[in-house]
Amino acid sequence: MTVNWSKYSAPTAFYPLAGRLIPWFSVMAVALMGVGLYMGFFVAPTDFQQGESYRIIFVHVPAAWMSMFLYVVMAIWAGVGMGLNARLSFMMAQAIAPTGAMFTFLALLTGAMWGKPTWGAWWVWDARLTSELILLFQYAGVMLLRTSIDDLRRADRSSAVFALVGVVNVPIIYYSVQWWNTLHQGASVSMSTGSKMAATMLMAMLIMTIAFWLYSIAVILARVRCIVVERDSLPVWDEKPAVSQEVVEVR
Amino acid sequence: MNRSSMWEAVSGIVKRDLLLAMRRRSDAAMSVFFLVIVASLFPLGVGPEPAVLRTIGPGVLWVAALLACLLSLSRVFTADYVDGALEQMVLVPQPLAVLVAGKVVAHWLISGLPVVLLSPLLGLQFGLSGDALGVLVLSLLLGTPTLSMIGAIGAALVLGVRGSGLLVALLVLPLYVPVLIFGAGAVTGSMAGVGGEANLSLLGACLVLSLFLAPWATAAALRIALE
Repeated sequence: MTVNWSKYSAPTAFYPLAGRLIPWFSVMAVALMGVGLYMGFFVAPTDFQQGESYRIIFVHVPAAWMSMFLYVVMAIWAGVGMGLNARLSFMMAQAIAPTGAMFTFLALLTGAMWGKPTWGAWWVWDARLTSELILLFQYAGVMLLRTSIDDLRRADRSSAVFALVGVVNVPIIYYSVQWWNTLHQGASVSMSTGSKMAATMLMAMLIMTIAFWLYSIAVILARVRCIVVERDSLPVWDEKPAVSQEVVEVR
Repeated sequence: MNRSSMWEAVSGIVKRDLLLAMRRRSDAAMSVFFLVIVASLFPLGVGPEPAVLRTIGPGVLWVAALLACLLSLSRVFTADYVDGALEQMVLVPQPLAVLVAGKVVAHWLISGLPVVLLSPLLGLQFGLSGDALGVLVLSLLLGTPTLSMIGAIGAALVLGVRGSGLLVALLVLPLYVPVLIFGAGAVTGSMAGVGGEANLSLLGACLVLSLFLAPWATAAALRIALE
């Protein structure tokens, strides 16, 4: 059986699909978050250098990964929207920005909470912290640019251009601990040399990452549904009253 | 599209913008005055100890240069947008990105170059030594064109948007951070005896990257704004 996937590029067709997917992703996210946090707090061994305080890693590192990953995904949707002129792509980009900003803030917050006991300071101006802060500003810029422009089409496309320009920052954050000699510790997990952590620690961290990822999908899909409804009330769609009707019924 | 006609278009735009700036000299003078005033405020606020001033000097001068560039950004496209000249530029056969590069060059000549030329004088206010002054001039010479390039993207994105003055600052300042770090780092590096070469090379890399990418992003943003 072949599925006509391009059908779902229409916001009205995507709306019910997203509605059906959200419960699955939510349940799996909550379940994995439970497992990951249990492993992180009770199963993983105590770190011989940092003691118990290192356990915030199970939130901090997945949040930091998600903050960068979501920015790239947002930029990809923005690029797809620019290339194919697809409205749903812009809606996806719009929906991703707040979740990405939330994870960036979470990474900075947990980083500060981790930094106080281990470095003795809430905040240091090193390359990774600064570039992550810039990422937060970029998320804010994308959202502010969108809300400042009243014309939807221009808002979509202008914030897409800005998101694409800002992608330059993502590799800088990712490699900052390698390029500059910073206070922030180097990567504990790397593709080339493997992991320098205990297996259970790594497992818990990966489970938390997947949980955050599923959570992001659930939240973003829910937000896309809101955006579809919001834009639906615009006069552009007035000529198709049946569409609104269908959306209401599915809800 | 032959090469000479593209070159003519660029030089034509640069000449036109320079002529317009010469006719309204006070506009260009304002951002330079702004730089001088901001740089003079810091010794008054922080206190006149030479050691402190020498430490904060490079950073303060770079931040002041960055803000001066930011303030002049609204002039890059706004006038042409209002009187319709920008729409004509989109219609000419030469690629818009090339014309944009011409406008950015003109912007740098009007608001960036005076900053570079004035910086040794301001550096003396902060008690920078001869070597550090040289590196300061060199870092600004490499850095301010990058600021103009990145700034043009922001200026094009907020064209005709309400609250554009504040919005362009919020968009562009985060993107200016690497240039600021490398620029001020080069001067402090040379003062600390480490040498500023590494940071100057990074500034050069930023310049090349922005020369290559920024005109296209700006052209895309302009097309969106003019739709």
